[in-house]
Amino acid sequence: MSTAKRLLSGRPTKMRITSRPGEVIDRSKPVRFTWNGREKSAFEGDTIISALAASGERVFSRSFKYHRPRGILTATFHDPGCSVQVGDEPNVRGSHRLVTAGMKVTAQNVWPSLKLDVASANRAAGRFIGAGFYYKTFIKPERLWPTYEKVLQRFAPGGRVSADSPHGSYDKRYAHPDVVVAGGGPAGMAAALGAAEAGARVMLVEEEHSLGGHLRYGSETELAALAELRREVEASGAIEVLVNSAVTGRYDGNWIAILQRNLPHVTERLVKARAKVVVAAPGLIERPYVFEGNDLPGVMLSTAARRLLNLWAVAPGTRAVVLSANEEGDATAADLSDAGVHVAQVVDARRGEQVVRARGAGSLSEVELGDGSKVSCDLLVTAVGWTAPTLLLNVAGDRPVYDERAARFVPGDGLPANVLATGGIVGDGPTAALVEHGRATGRAAAERALARDGTSVTIPSLSPAPHPALYRSRTHGIVDFSEDISSKDLVSAAREGYDSVELLKRYTTATMGPAQGKLETINTVAVLAEATGRSIAETGTTVWRPPHVPVSLGALAGRVLEPVRYSPMQPWHEAHRATPIVAGQWIRPEHYGDPAREVRTVREHVGLIDVTPLGKLDLRGPDVPKLLNFLYVNKWLKLDIGSVRYGLMCGEDGVVLDDGVTGHLGEDHYLMSTTSSGADAVAHWIENWLQTTFPDWQVYMTPMTTAYASINVAGPKSRELMSRVVSDVDLSPEAFAYMQVRRGTICSVPGCVMWRIGFTGELSYELHVPAGYGLYVWESLLAAGEDLSAGVFGLEAQRIMRLEKGHLIVSQDTDGLTQGYGVGLDGLIKLDKEDFAGKQELEWQLERQGYNHLVALLPDDASVVPPEASQIVTGDRSIVGRVTSSRLSPSLGRSICLALVAPQLAETGKSVTVHLPDGTDVRAKVSEELAQFDPGGERLRA
Amino acid sequence: MILIPCPHCGDRNSSEFTYAGEVHSRPSPGDARQGPWRDYLYGKDNPAGWTEERWFHGSGCGKYLRAERHTVTNEIRATRPEVGAGASSRTRP
Repeated sequence: MSTAKRLLSGRPTKMRITSRPGEVIDRSKPVRFTWNGREKSAFEGDTIISALAASGERVFSRSFKYHRPRGILTATFHDPGCSVQVGDEPNVRGSHRLVTAGMKVTAQNVWPSLKLDVASANRAAGRFIGAGFYYKTFIKPERLWPTYEKVLQRFAPGGRVSADSPHGSYDKRYAHPDVVVAGGGPAGMAAALGAAEAGARVMLVEEEHSLGGHLRYGSETELAALAELRREVEASGAIEVLVNSAVTGRYDGNWIAILQRNLPHVTERLVKARAKVVVAAPGLIERPYVFEGNDLPGVMLSTAARRLLNLWAVAPGTRAVVLSANEEGDATAADLSDAGVHVAQVVDARRGEQVVRARGAGSLSEVELGDGSKVSCDLLVTAVGWTAPTLLLNVAGDRPVYDERAARFVPGDGLPANVLATGGIVGDGPTAALVEHGRATGRAAAERALARDGTSVTIPSLSPAPHPALYRSRTHGIVDFSEDISSKDLVSAAREGYDSVELLKRYTTATMGPAQGKLETINTVAVLAEATGRSIAETGTTVWRPPHVPVSLGALAGRVLEPVRYSPMQPWHEAHRATPIVAGQWIRPEHYGDPAREVRTVREHVGLIDVTPLGKLDLRGPDVPKLLNFLYVNKWLKLDIGSVRYGLMCGEDGVVLDDGVTGHLGEDHYLMSTTSSGADAVAHWIENWLQTTFPDWQVYMTPMTTAYASINVAGPKSRELMSRVVSDVDLSPEAFAYMQVRRGTICSVPGCVMWRIGFTGELSYELHVPAGYGLYVWESLLAAGEDLSAGVFGLEAQRIMRLEKGHLIVSQDTDGLTQGYGVGLDGLIKLDKEDFAGKQELEWQLERQGYNHLVALLPDDASVVPPEASQIVTGDRSIVGRVTSSRLSPSLGRSICLALVAPQLAETGKSVTVHLPDGTDVRAKVSEELAQFDPGGERLRA
Repeated sequence: MILIPCPHCGDRNSSEFTYAGEVHSRPSPGDARQGPWRDYLYGKDNPAGWTEERWFHGSGCGKYLRAERHTVTNEIRATRPEVGAGASSRTRP
C-alpha cells in the first residue's frame, strides 16, 4: 500500500502519522471538539489547527481582501491564516491555542461559509483592489460614508464579539528579577542557566507551550540536548519559567511587560518585571517566499512542516516539493521522507533552482519550476531564509543593520548596558555553539545585574551564516498574508511615489496586520528595494514596535482594585431601599422613592441627608488664616472662633476650582469643607502651595473626609430636633446663629462638630460625627424626630432645593473656562487683597468684561423642563449660552433653571430662546434673582 | 515606566507620582504683567535634554520633589526634596 493511500485510508484522523520521538501530544488522552459544528477528535497537546490538519482539513480562513482560501503557513502563534473563533472569543490564534474538550471552534471572516465564500468575488475584481484602494475609493461623496462603513464592516476580518460574553479573569503581578530572558530556545535556556549559576534570580519567558525552541522539532541529537537543558533548568531553583507567555515590550528603566497566558482560571496576566538586565533570545522567524500562488493552502514554511510532523505527528501533505536554500530545508525533506510523505522533488535554491508558481483550485495541486517543468503535489515547503525579530533591541534604541552575506538584518551596536542578545538573533551555529554563547551571555547579564566587575566573562563569537538572498521569484505573489498585499501592490505603490519604507507601510498597510511584520517586513523591504533600484541596506527596515503579541484590554486593566466608598449609614440606606447613585468613588442615596416628597419633608418639617462624602480637611497652625486668605477669593484674616465662612476657590488661571465653608474651631484650628468631588484635588492643591511656594508657613493639613460621618439636619423643625439630642451646646438663635460652628455632644457622642449652614435654604445644622458613630447618630436622630415627622432625603431632593435657592454647584454650573466673575459671587472677590490664587487673572477678567454670567431662567411654559446642556441660541442660531441645571420645583410648582449666558442676555426680564434636544425651541425669561425660593434668606437665618 | 528615586521612599514607579510640571517661579504678586504671568501658567520650555521638574508622590510620602530628568532618555540623574531643597539629595549611582 502506498504511503498516500495509507495516509488517506479513511481513518478519522487521516493525516496523523505514527509516533514521533519529540511529539507533544498524549495519545492516551483523546479530546473531542467541534469545527463549524462538526465533531472532530484530537489528542491532548494538539493545537486547534494541528488537530484539524490531522483530520485532513486544509482551509481555515479566507484572506482579508480577496477572500482567498488560507491554510497553514507557519504553524505558530503568528500564523496569519489560522485565526478562528472559539465559542464567543474571536481572533484566537488557532496554531497556538491548545484544543480542550468540548471546544466550539468556527471559521471567521467567511460569509456565508468557509467553502462557499460570496466575498471571494473580490478576487475576480482583484485587479481593482490595489494599494491604497480604500483610501482612493471610499472618500467621496461624504454623504455615502455611512454606506461605505456598512460595506467595509461586512468585509472586515475578525470574529464576532458577543455582548453577553462573561467577564474573563485578569490579573497583574509586579516582579523584580535580576535577569529576564526573553525566549526559551537553546540559547535562552542556556542564558538563564548561566545567569542563575552566577547568582542571579532569573525569569525565563517562552512564547510556546514548552521550552526548547527549534530543538523541539529537531533531530534526535537536538532532542537529547534539549532534554539535558530542561533537566538543568528544572534543577536550578533560581529560574522561574513562564511558558505560553510573551515579553511584549521593554519600557523605561528596563521595565519588561510580560503577558502570561498559562495560569489556571486566569485568562491573561500582565507581569510587570523591573529587570536589572534583559537578555533577548527570540530566535529567528522563517521568511515566506514571494511567488505566484504562494498563499495557496498546501504552501508552507519548512519550520511549519517540521512542527506538524515532529510536534503533533501530522503529515502536512502526501506528495511534497521542497524548495530549500538551507539546512532546515534539507532536514525537512528528510523528515518528510522519514514520516512516509513522498518527496517528489527537492528544488535546491543554492544551485539556482527556482519555484515560479503554484497552482490549484482551492488548494495546491501543481508547482511550476524555473526550468518550466511542472510537478504535481499537494505540499510545497519553502526554506528560503530568516528574519531576526529585533523588537526588544529596537525599543532599547538599537537599529538593526543589513548583513548582505547572511541576507538578514542583525543587531546594530546601539544596545544599552542592561540589554544583551543571544541565540539566532545574533548568529547561527550548531546547538553547542548557541548554548555556549547563551550561557556566557547569561553570566555577563548576571554580573551586570549584580553590579559586579564582569570582566571575567568572555562571550564567544557567534556570527550569522552565509545565506543566499531569496525574496521573490520572477512572479509576483503575496507579501503580507494578513493584509492581503502582493508584491505587485508594493511595486505600484513605489511607482506612485511611496518609495520610503515607512511611507509604503502606511500607504499599503503592509506589515500592519495581525502578524505585525514578523513574516512580511523583510520581503516588503526587499520588494521595495527591487522596485526602486536600491539595495536592501539602503532601503532600511521599519522599526519593530511593542506589543510583540496582542494584549487584551483586560490584561492591561488587571483586577479591578478601585476602591468603592460607602458612608457608615449605608446599611440604613440599603434597608430603606435607597436608589444608589455613583458619585466619584462614593455610592450615595439618590433618593428613597419620591424626591418631591422628600423636598416637602424638608420644607415643612425636618429632613436628614447623609453628606459624608463632603470633603473635610483639618487645618492647624498659626498660619492657617494666611493660607485661607490665599486659597479663597474672599478675606479670611479675621474670622472669630466659633464662626464659619463661605469661600470660593479659583485656580491660578482664575477658573473656579471649588467652594465650601471653613470653620474656626479653636485657637490655630480650622475645619475646611470642600465639594465631594473636589476633596482630593483641594487637598493636593493645598499641599502644592504649602510645599512648593510657602514652605515657611506653619500649617498642618490632614484629610478627615472619611474620619467623620456627616449629616445635614434641615427644615423648620431642625432646631427642635437638635435640642432633643444635644445637651452641651446652647442652640438658641442668639447663642448659635447662622454661619456659626460649635463643638459638642450629639446623642451622647462627644467630639462632634456642628455648623449652621445649609445648601437647602432651610434652617439647618451640618453635623460631623466620628465615623464609627455615624449610623447610631443617624438612627437616633430619626427616632428622636418621629413626632416631628422627621424624614430623610437624598441627593436629588438636595439638588432640587439648592436649585430653588440658586446655589451653584462647581463643575456643574461652571466649566473649565468659567472664571470667578459672573457666577453670582462677584461681591466675594476681593481684589484689594495683596495676593491670592487667581488674583491676576480675575483682575484681567474684570477689565476685559465679556464673560458669561450665571443666571436663573424661568421657562415661559412652567411645565417644560429644558434638559441640562440645552443650548441657548439667537435668532440666527448662534449659541449664546447653555442650561447648566434644571428641575421641576415642587416648592414653586414650576420649572426652574440655572444657565450660563452671554453678557448681553444677563438682564432681568430678558427673554431667551432655549433649543431643546428634540429640535424644538422654548422661550424663557431671565429671573431677577438666582434664588427663586426665599430669596431674602429668612428661613435660613431663623 | 520611569523609575523615580524618591528622596524619602527610594526607587518607585512613576505611576505612584503625579507630574507637576517644570519648575517655574511664580511672578511676584502686584506687578505681574500678562506676558510673564501667562508664561508662568502655560509656558513650557520643554527642552530636548535636561530639565528640572516637580513630581508629587501622592501614593507614597505625599511630598513634592524635584527631579532632573533628561526628556529624551528619561534618565533621572538627581532628585531632592522640594521642601528645604538642597538640604539632601539623592543621586543615582
